[in-house]
Amino acid sequence: MIIRLGEAFLRTLGKPLVKFLYSLGDLTAFVVKAIYHCFVPPFYFKLFFKQVLDIGFYSLPVVGLTTLFAGMVIALQTYSGFSGFKAESVIASVVLISVTRELAPVLSALMVAGRIGAAMAAEIGTMRVTEQIDALVTLSTNPFKYLVAPRLWAGLLVLPLLVLVGDIIGIFGGYVVGVYKLGFNPANYITATFQDLQYIGIISGLVKAAVFGFIISMMGCYHGYKSKGGAQGVGNATTNAVVSSSILILIFNYLITEMFFSR
Amino acid sequence: MEKEIKIRIRDLHKSFGKKNVLNGVNLDLYKGESLVVIGGSGTGKSVLIKCIQGLLTPDSGSIEIDDIEIVNENPDVIDRMHSKMGMLFQGGALFDSLTVWENVAFDLIQNRGFNKKEAKIVAVKVLRQVGLTEDIADLYPSELSGGMQKRVGLARAVITRPEIIFFDEPTTGLDPIMADVINDLIIESAKDLGATTLTITHDMASARKIADKIAMLYQGKIIWYGTVKDLDKTTNPYVRQFINGSSKGPIKVEK
Repeated sequence: MIIRLGEAFLRTLGKPLVKFLYSLGDLTAFVVKAIYHCFVPPFYFKLFFKQVLDIGFYSLPVVGLTTLFAGMVIALQTYSGFSGFKAESVIASVVLISVTRELAPVLSALMVAGRIGAAMAAEIGTMRVTEQIDALVTLSTNPFKYLVAPRLWAGLLVLPLLVLVGDIIGIFGGYVVGVYKLGFNPANYITATFQDLQYIGIISGLVKAAVFGFIISMMGCYHGYKSKGGAQGVGNATTNAVVSSSILILIFNYLITEMFFSR
Repeated sequence: MEKEIKIRIRDLHKSFGKKNVLNGVNLDLYKGESLVVIGGSGTGKSVLIKCIQGLLTPDSGSIEIDDIEIVNENPDVIDRMHSKMGMLFQGGALFDSLTVWENVAFDLIQNRGFNKKEAKIVAVKVLRQVGLTEDIADLYPSELSGGMQKRVGLARAVITRPEIIFFDEPTTGLDPIMADVINDLIIESAKDLGATTLTITHDMASARKIADKIAMLYQGKIIWYGTVKDLDKTTNPYVRQFINGSSKGPIKVEK
């Protein structure tokens, strides 16, 4: 009886474990293959620039709005929390550090994951279920080079630029609240901001952005490429791409922070 | 003189999980001949064609094209094979993000060094051959009817003048008249190119019209092979049931 119960328990435990390990292996194989094809010609520059436009230029409004309000809210919260301290320099410093190190990279990446990761998974997933990817292969075109590599390069290179813009807009958001709502002296606020400017903070934010960009494109491509079963399959691929890239972004955010700042 | 074998398939097996889809397929496709593989839904016709194209890797067995083995070969060998092949997919499989002429000229631009201007001229010429006019060249596939999409797919399959053309359910989803038009175009293009063709279908009218030889796939094996004339004389109960479209007979359908 006990043995049978034990067997049943192991079987219940084993099935999802085997499934998980299979998925992990499948993903690893996909990632290795995708990275290999990023470095092997032919390169499709036109498709790369199209992705740069999609991921970068068209995400600017979303990233701008997100970081603007993030900077504004941090200024406001810091003021209410630290009102007993020398407010101007503390607020400028907190806005600078939180926007460049955390808020701009993480919030921008999460917004782009929702916008671009989902679109990539839907587009590639539709191509998969309508046999367009098979058609590419029969037309002697490698789908990894044609579909995946341009998206990976674009994600990796464009997200840092987006985050750099987000940094500036986020700090400007803090400035707007500090000067126009809390009545700080503009010159003092700007001086305090520049005094606390540390390259390590900005660089760590940009490294995070590059990693997040890579994750978003990789998850979008992977889930799209592996989707099956018609419209429902494409829907699942889209959801999985957004959920998995969001979780990975938060995990890697911690790991990179640990790498840069733990002493 | 014996005819030259273009595609030789021996003891081909392919399964997905516990389901054996191909269970020892043996088939020869002779040069310049039109072979139609018939069989019910889910009998492995599409899997067979995908194995020959290198889109799926068989579990075991051999596929030789022009005496060159392609099973488990490196991608370069398979790529070289693809340059000899054209394929018309069931749903057309046209690229949504490209215009009609860019779809048709895809291989010319990506792999054969044509510039856009030259490629468009060739694409429009081939579109005319399949009965489409120049003014649809700049439309997107979503703006075309199903029949037109099939014709564009056919134009894309034949533009590189391939030696082997595959047709995956070419008449499915079309009205009988449009289906016959597509059948005529298939015959014309194959004749014009002298190409060897492999068609999979369950449309018997189409099979009778375009086939030199017919093979029937059932439970992952070729259970019958012969000419269209032989088809009408055969006493094979499986073939008889299939061509008569009867629910009574040895082929059991899950209800």
